[in-house]
Amino acid sequence: MTGDAAMTGLSLHELVWQACQMLLMLAISPALIGLIRKVKARLLSRRGPPIFQPYRELWRLLHKEAVVAETASPLFRMAPYGQFAATWVAAALVPSFATGLMFSWSADLIAIVALLGTARFILALAGMDVGTAFGGIGSSREMLFASLAEPALLMITFTVALLAGTTLLSAIADHLLLQPVGLRISLALCLVALMVVALTETGRVPVDNPATHLELTMVHEAMVLEYSGRHLAMIEWAAALKLTAYLSLIACLFVPFGMATSTDDPVAMAFGLVTYFAKLVGLGVAVAVIEVSVAKMRVFRVTDFVGGAFALASMAALLLFVSRGF
Amino acid sequence: MGDFAFDLAHLLSGLMVVVSMVLLYQDRLTAMLNVFAAHAMLLGAAVGWQAEVQGAGHLWITAGIAFVFKGIVIPTALHAMVRRLGIHREIETVVGVGPTLIAALALTALAVLVVMPATEYANPLAREDLAFALAVVLLGLLMMITRRNAVSQIVGFMSLENGLILAAAGAKGMPLVVEVSVAFSVLIAFIVFGVFVFRIRERFDTVDIGTLERYRGEQQDGA
Repeated sequence: MTGDAAMTGLSLHELVWQACQMLLMLAISPALIGLIRKVKARLLSRRGPPIFQPYRELWRLLHKEAVVAETASPLFRMAPYGQFAATWVAAALVPSFATGLMFSWSADLIAIVALLGTARFILALAGMDVGTAFGGIGSSREMLFASLAEPALLMITFTVALLAGTTLLSAIADHLLLQPVGLRISLALCLVALMVVALTETGRVPVDNPATHLELTMVHEAMVLEYSGRHLAMIEWAAALKLTAYLSLIACLFVPFGMATSTDDPVAMAFGLVTYFAKLVGLGVAVAVIEVSVAKMRVFRVTDFVGGAFALASMAALLLFVSRGF
Repeated sequence: MGDFAFDLAHLLSGLMVVVSMVLLYQDRLTAMLNVFAAHAMLLGAAVGWQAEVQGAGHLWITAGIAFVFKGIVIPTALHAMVRRLGIHREIETVVGVGPTLIAALALTALAVLVVMPATEYANPLAREDLAFALAVVLLGLLMMITRRNAVSQIVGFMSLENGLILAAAGAKGMPLVVEVSVAFSVLIAFIVFGVFVFRIRERFDTVDIGTLERYRGEQQDGA
């Protein structure tokens, strides 16, 4: 698609915009976590830490000594960086404020799913590496949830790809932005399913509680219990990036309104940025509201919950075959 | 008929299939009855939209019947029944949500695969209504098979009947007499069901129809 353009001239401003997108994801993800924590605290009539608290936490963790277990293999030390890198690339490939950025030809939805899967695989491996019981149970639960959430995510991908005729995220967003799509029940079902998958995959409340250290319930926290210092900082940051990636995915697929469609127009870009921030804040508040209003599920209920998301996503694909536009 | 008419009809009848799935997902009786009420109200909306698009005045009556009787009266009566039986807190043992939902997906796919090629030259509005109606009927049957509680089997039957009404509304020129008689017979069926459920309870102290099997000689002793 943009192959020719990429061949003839890698213009500087395209590169700059792409770098912007990558750094933007990195920069705003802790603030998103902070925002969710703040809104949750306010909804529970507490004051809550300031929104920029996660940055301070990361800063502090980065300066602390990393304690590593005696039984740890080199994998244990490398895993946080590998996981962080894979998650960052996945997050940076999701179009946030503009479609058609320089790297968007590689922003294939399936590639993004695979990148997130790789990150999860590395982390689960690291969880088992030290040989403690907690790490093992965390990894096993994480993989159980992932084995259910990933098919749902792929079904969502297929549905959206059928609708737009491509799996390139940028092109899908363009299609939804520029073509009249009409009332689509498939899209609504996909939205619900994607919300469920996002909550599951990022370890938010109905599935996992990111703020707890209660052994019966923890999933993600159990897996990373052995980490400290800069390693933990990488993992926490990657978790924030993952949440940002999912929320951006939701924003890009279901509310593409305001996204800039060409890199030549700075005004459109600025508008895209502003609307992107607004969308992210809205989704963050929605996540906080969901977390406050539902109770955490038992681990074995999660299979039903995520299975429901899979059913909804498959349903969306089926209904698409009956609709006329397809 | 514009795109919007089709899209809205698609949305409403598609939502009915989804709500049928949600019905299969529920394992608490009260929640299930609420979902059933939503199912019937959606049917009312879907039939009402068909009435508007087809310009068929008598369909409005069908929509009204669906909305008022099946959306409000029957669920209220079922709620009262469940409360009188003292099973409103009960969590029903279903075959298992996972396998049931997979079966439901397969049935929906089957309905789409069967209806779409068979009705190639039909009016698109009627065509997709038929596909979804068949799916709703099959899901209602599945619900009756997979549930052990008599009340949820009633709900399965009623949702199946909602699917029939949806199919009837999609076909042009369906006379009102048929619809009214169907609605009436469902009402009678509901009363008969109610009587039966209370009789079963009186006799066996439960509405779990699994206990009936011993009396029919289908299950060896030991239960």
